[in-house]
Amino acid sequence: MSEHIVSTKIYFAIFTALLVLTASTVAVASVDLGRLNTIVALTIAVTKAVLVILYFMHVRYSSRLTWVVVSAGFVWLGILIAFTMSDVLTRGWLAAH
Amino acid sequence: MSETAATFAHQHQFDDAEQQRDASTLGMWVFLVTEIMFFAGMFTAYVVYRALYPNAFAHASHHLDVVLGTVNTTVLITSSLTMALAVHAAQLGRRGAIVTFLLATITLGCTFLVIKSFEYAHKFHEGLVPGPNFAYTGPDAGQQQLFFSIYFAMTGLHALHMVIGIGLLAYLVAKAQRGRFSRAYYTPVEIIGLYWHFVDIVWIFLFPLLYLLGRHAA
Repeated sequence: MSEHIVSTKIYFAIFTALLVLTASTVAVASVDLGRLNTIVALTIAVTKAVLVILYFMHVRYSSRLTWVVVSAGFVWLGILIAFTMSDVLTRGWLAAH
Repeated sequence: MSETAATFAHQHQFDDAEQQRDASTLGMWVFLVTEIMFFAGMFTAYVVYRALYPNAFAHASHHLDVVLGTVNTTVLITSSLTMALAVHAAQLGRRGAIVTFLLATITLGCTFLVIKSFEYAHKFHEGLVPGPNFAYTGPDAGQQQLFFSIYFAMTGLHALHMVIGIGLLAYLVAKAQRGRFSRAYYTPVEIIGLYWHFVDIVWIFLFPLLYLLGRHAA
């Protein structure tokens, strides 16, 4: 499974995609889109990270167990941020009473 | 226990070399998950304070050099490519190519750190380092210090990971030169590669969050 050899063509294609995405995130950042700026920047960053994880880090060709472990890492990251923000952003609700 | 390339197959507790390789990869990923959680604490601090003080963060972010940040992002992405190519060379048993691509990765890693050190020096010069010498004295000075505290903590720990990574790559070069890797055994190249790509991913998030945040506000 981890023996799968990815062709260099794919590596260069991913590399090119990463450069294009970097250029676009810099270009979009100078345009005022309001709240969308953050969403676009994060969408591009997540896309780049997924490309690196799947191809450079070979997760696409790894065992199901590796998939589970990698996903778990990001699920817990999401839990940490979501639960923390659900506290921070709702503190004002109590003061209003 | 012989470690020479020709005879190395697998340790006795594994059924075969493939199972051993899968176990090593999984072990590295478990470590990387702890690394995700390590950086997650700081990312969460960033999200909380940015939500509380969006304007101060946007203004403070404007002091960072987007050109240097973009160049460094490109340098790091290129180093990930050379790292992937080093693993590729190892899979094919090409010893010379492993060394070449590892040295290229080390060079790019050092380039990143040199550029980063220029940025840091500039921040010290401009008085943007949190503490008694923080030069900015506007109404949101304290909130801007928070941004720079997070900036230095995150980029500093990221740079520390790079320094460790470069040390690990140097170790791989030494082993590769002595012919310790073969098509049957190249696990260290593979899993140190995973670490290097992880460090790249952290930067992929740091760059837009720290550098591009205040770009359109001017």
